[in-house]
Order: sequence, then structure tokens, then C-alpha cells
Amino acid sequence: MAAVEVKPPVLAIGPLAWVRKHLFSTWYNIALTLLAVWLLSILLGPAVQWATTEARWGVIEANLTLFMIGQYPRDQIGRVWLTIFILAGLIGLSWGVWKNAARGFALIALSAGMAFILIALFFGWDVWDEWLLAEAILLSFYFIGRYLPRGALIATLAWLLYFPLVFLLIAGTRYIATLPPVDSSLWGGLLLTLLLTVVGNFGALPLGILLALGRRSKLPVIRYFSIGYIELIRGVPLITILYTASVLLTLFLPINIRPELVIRAMIGFIIFEAAYQAENVRGGLQAIDRGQYEAAHALGLNGTQTTVFIILPQALRAVIPALFNSFISLFKDTSLVAIIGLFDIVRVARSILAQPEWLGTHREVFLFAFVIYWTFNLAFTYGSSRMEEALGVGKR
Amino acid sequence: MNIKTFWRDIRFLKILAQLIFIIALALVALYFYRNVTANLARQGLAVGYGFMKNPASFGIGESYIPYEPSDTYARALLVGLVNTLVISTLGIVLTTIVGVFAGVARLSSNWLINRFAAAYVGVIRNTPLLLQLMFWYFGVVIQLPSVRQAIQLPGPIYLTQRGVYLTWAEATATFPAWRVYLIIAFISIFVIWFVLRSAQKRSSLPLSPWWNLAYLLIPVLIIWLGAALQPEPPLRPFIPELSGLNFRGGLRLTPEFAALLFGLVTYTGAFIAEIVRAGIQAVSRGQVEAARSLGLSNGQALRLVVFPQALRIMIPPVTSQYLNLAKNSSLAIAIGYPDLFSVAGVVFNQTGAAIEIITIMMLSYLSISLFTSLLMNIYNRRIQLVER
Repeated sequence: MAAVEVKPPVLAIGPLAWVRKHLFSTWYNIALTLLAVWLLSILLGPAVQWATTEARWGVIEANLTLFMIGQYPRDQIGRVWLTIFILAGLIGLSWGVWKNAARGFALIALSAGMAFILIALFFGWDVWDEWLLAEAILLSFYFIGRYLPRGALIATLAWLLYFPLVFLLIAGTRYIATLPPVDSSLWGGLLLTLLLTVVGNFGALPLGILLALGRRSKLPVIRYFSIGYIELIRGVPLITILYTASVLLTLFLPINIRPELVIRAMIGFIIFEAAYQAENVRGGLQAIDRGQYEAAHALGLNGTQTTVFIILPQALRAVIPALFNSFISLFKDTSLVAIIGLFDIVRVARSILAQPEWLGTHREVFLFAFVIYWTFNLAFTYGSSRMEEALGVGKR
Repeated sequence: MNIKTFWRDIRFLKILAQLIFIIALALVALYFYRNVTANLARQGLAVGYGFMKNPASFGIGESYIPYEPSDTYARALLVGLVNTLVISTLGIVLTTIVGVFAGVARLSSNWLINRFAAAYVGVIRNTPLLLQLMFWYFGVVIQLPSVRQAIQLPGPIYLTQRGVYLTWAEATATFPAWRVYLIIAFISIFVIWFVLRSAQKRSSLPLSPWWNLAYLLIPVLIIWLGAALQPEPPLRPFIPELSGLNFRGGLRLTPEFAALLFGLVTYTGAFIAEIVRAGIQAVSRGQVEAARSLGLSNGQALRLVVFPQALRIMIPPVTSQYLNLAKNSSLAIAIGYPDLFSVAGVVFNQTGAAIEIITIMMLSYLSISLFTSLLMNIYNRRIQLVER
């Protein structure tokens, strides 16, 4: 049957119709639009004027390195670059091995690197060649990953090795002459923020899984202990836990053990995050069908085997989105270490404001810190949602 | 029980596992206890709450209960606790309003309003609260104009670097007499409710909705009668006026209080907005269509069908946002509002009584959290679906 082609009414398509439909459809929509335009004009006008004329953006350029790595010795900066290069290689490798699942993160990393190169070239900073190298490493490891036999195993092992390696590179050791120890009080900026986030999250995961299993245990002592721990930690502010870790922890340890403040903060984050991850994991455990337990039992698996081989893999897979969410919220929460005296991004911002030549540049400095957190979170959200899509988490 | 195989008995193993757990826990506790006593002995400190009766001898910026530096540490901590409670309660009320508005705006068919709300939620949720508080305080409130060039908003509300001045109400001499009328008017609402309900029970048809006007008319009538008997209204506007170098009158919010309240409300509001949006979207379209086909108007469908169901979905996550707001108020220390955490920090610096202070602090926050979730759970139970 031949369809009769009818042209759409003139006012139903095109920009004018769009404006009418989305901005001026009814009298209260007109009022709302006018209100929004008025609000935008009184807020945006002065803001744009300030940003283009009054603001002293030089404060950002002058302190960019401080923002990124804090007081980390400038002659050891190559070690930070090395961690970035290895990370680029790992992302490339994962992209090659896992294809779609890691593609979101790889694309983000590639475009971020590209953006850094362009920004560096634009302002004439001499870091563009390092970023170009990182891009090259990422791409070449992508091709290696595609043709690597047993790639998944190698990539998993490489990621597991990466985190201790980063610690070794950043902290240094007495035993390797080319890696002299760097005092942890010098770690700072974005570097410290990321370190705390990663340690807090991955350190808390095993404890969180144990607590989640404990909370569902049939043994009352273990169940009530888990409930007590989780509810106590979730009922108090993070800052009180960090404060306890920084002030009280040394009291609880033998006299000869005095961990540095960074380590104490990390312990505080692990204690805190474990309670929240336990609740995430518990959600996953509850989502598992009874049939899975019965099937495992019928196959002759005992309780521990059922939990480790049948239940946990499914439960953890189901809570991947929740775990990504807590990763992001811990990334934001690491800013609290500024209160107990570590030089993360927020504290770096405060210290810049104390420099005599940059007095009164609060808005510029804080806005730049906002931009760091915001772009990181956006990039991470993008990468993780691509990964969730590829894994088909939440819809099977 | 067969004595040979009791170690294979699952009942025995369960008890054994728990016993081992308790013993391990006790050993860890003992280890910590010995370390603590050794450390305290080395520092020459003793654990005890005796210091609480000593004079605090430090000033506190703002306080809702009388406080002098000569008061005790216990009193100082109480001031901090009250400050925390005040900011949390106010914050919870205001953030609900902001969140509901922003959440509904996110669903608006008006593109500009929709984008506006999306930008607010996106920026606020992806940046740390601590940074936001510092921005509002150091970047905005502190940099407001001086008292003489105050920004005037309708109300009038004055924004200055010395704080925010609001128009408030002030009690006059006739206020005590008025309270009686207010209480009678308030009681009358319950009486009307009771009378209408029993009338409804006796009749088989629903009462005319016009009866609901009684809720408005009768209390107004009582208050109006009261006004006729009194020479002067009970409240008069309390307007801030510039006198010399400062404002006189009105209600003054300190810069710290204003920045903290604004920061907490906008931050939590963005999270509540997402919950409200998700809650409304979670009610299936079929519900609206069914309501419409039963002859309910659009407004009625929203009010009587969609919203009650959305509320059920929203209450638990909103509760945890309320708790977050109360806990996040501890970030006040970054901008100098004397809340519980910041007062406790000062007391710790002066006395060195770490264990005692941290115990008090944790117990206070824990009871605030438990009390809030208790209230919200009661409310939640009231609105939950009653299934047959």
C-alpha cells in the first residue's frame, strides 16, 4: 500500500515550534520561562563579568603543580609520571583485553590526555610531551592486549600489582637507590586525594564483604556484632571517625608503633567505608534467589563453598553500580582530611590563599578545585556507566 | 549425643564458632586496653569525666542557651550540641522544600527550568560539601558589601559581611493574652476534625467538601474575636534599620550560620531532588491513566494517586539524606560555626581528654541519628501500603 505523504504542519517542527512547545506552551510555562531568564540574567551577568575582568586566574597557573602533587619533591616528579604511564598502559591493556567493558574508561583517558596536551600547548607548559607519551603507551598496549594470549589473567594480575607498585613508587624505599623515601607529609594535592580514595575503597571491600556476610549470619553473636559495627559507623559523621583515627589510634597501639598521619587517615577511611560497602554488598546478597543456594546444596557444595563460588560472585556483580557510587562519594569525602591536617586539594587551596601575592583569590581557587572534582566525577560516571552497560549489570 | 562425633555436630560447631569469635574479640579488646593504659601512664593522663566540671574559659561565637566563658566544659559542650541541633532542624525543614521544588523542576516540561534544575543537581552532587561550604563562606558571605552598602532583598532582608538581617516578628505587651486565643483556635481545629469525622461515620454519603471550610473559618473567627477585645496586635514587624555602623532590630544570622545553613540546604536539596524525581517517575503511567479514566482531574490524579505512592518510595532514602545533613553539619568547623564537633575539638585541645571527648561526641551524634530515624520510621509505617 502506498503511503500518502503529508507534510507536517509548519508550526509543529523547526526551532520556532520547539521554542513554543518547550518554553511557552501554557501561561504558567511562560511565567516560568520569564522567571528563569530573569534569574539567569541577574546571576550570570555579574558572574561572566567577574570571570573575564576582575578574576586573577594567574593564581591557578602559578600553583598548578601544587594542586596536582602538593609538596612532593619536584626533583622526584618523574615517579609520579611513571605511575601515570603505567596506568595508561594498564588502561590500554584492559581496553584491548576486555573490549567494550573498559572502552568507556579508555576513551575518557584518551580524550583527557588529548585535552591536557592541547591545554599545555596553548599555555606553553612543558608537560605536553609527557601526556603525548602516555597516549602513545595507552594505544600501543591496546594493540598488545588485543593479541595477548591469556590476556584477562595477565591484565587482572597487572591491576592487582599496580596498587602496591604505586605505593612503592610514591613512598620510595631505603633499599632502592633510585627511589629515595619521600616523607608522607609531603604527599598532597590530587595525588593524595586519589591515593586516599583508592586505598579507602579497595581496602574496605574485603572488610565490607565480611561484615555483610556477618550481618546475614545465623550465628547471633556474629550477626549482632556486624549490625552493631555497621550502625555505629553509619550513625556518626565521617569527620569524627577521621578525628578518632588521627588522635586516638596511637593510644590503642603499642608505644613503639606510631603510624604516620596519612596511614592513620587511610585506616579511618577503611573503617568508615567498610560499613557502607557492607550495606551495598548486603543488597546484592539479598537479591540472590533461594534457588541458587538450593542448587549449590544439591550439587554437594558446603556452606563456605556455596558462599565463595556461587553467591558472592553473583552478589558482587549485582552491586557494581552501588560500588561505583560509593567510589565517587568517597572521592568527595576525602576532602575531609583537610580538617585533620593533610594536604589534599582543599588544604592546598587554603594554603594558596595564604600566599601574600594571592590574597583574596578565594573564588578563583575554590572554583578551580570544584572543576577538578567535577570533571573527575563526570569522567568516572561516564566510564562506569559504559562498563555497566557492557557487563549488562542490573538487566539480564 | 554420641560422644565420639560431637565435634561433627552442627549445633556444637555453631556454638564453638561463636565462642571463638567472642574470645578473639576479647583478646583484641584486652590488647587495646593494655596499650591504652600503657600509653596513658606514659603521658601521665587519667581517664575520667572530672574535668567536665572545670571552667571552660573560652568564648563561643553564638549560643542559644546562656553561656559565659566561666561556665563548665559540660555547659560548653551542651552549647555545641544545641547549635548542632538548631542548624540540623532548620536545615532539614528548608532542604525538604528546596529538594521538592528542584525535583519537580527536573520533571518540568519547560526546557529552561528543566536544564536549570539539572545543572544545579549535577554541579552540587559532584563536588565535595566541604569545598562548597568554604566557597559560600570565604568566597561569598565574607565578601558581601559592608553594612552601609548592604544588598537589600524584598522583605526587607539585608545581606552584609556582618551577617544576614531578616525582618522578624516581635511580641508586644498583649502577646501573653493572645496566646490563650491561639491555643483555643488550635484546639478548635481538633474539635472540628472530631465532629466532622463522627458526622461522616453516621452518614452513608460523603460530606460536602464545603464543610472543610470550617477548619479555616472557625479559628479565624476566634482570633478575630480576640483582636476585637485587645487594644493592640500581639506581634509587630521587627524590621532591621541602619543605625550608625550597624543594623538595629530584626533577626541577625551570623555569617557562619548563614553560610553553613545555605551550604547544607543546597547540598542536601540536590540529593533530595533526585530522590523526588525518581520517586515520581517510579509510579507507573498506568496509575495516572487509570485515575484519569475514573474521572479524576489531572491535579486530583497527581494529588490523590501519584503523590501518595511516590511518597512511599521516597521516605526511606530521604530519611538517610536527613541523617546525612545532621552528620554533615559537623563540617561547620571549617568555617567557624561553633557546633558540637568544633566545641569538642577546643575542649580536647585544652584538656587532652581524647577518649572522654570522642565518646561524648560519638554518643551525641549517634543519638541524633537514631532519634531522627525513629521519627522517620514511625512516619514511614503510617504511610506504608496496608496489604490485606
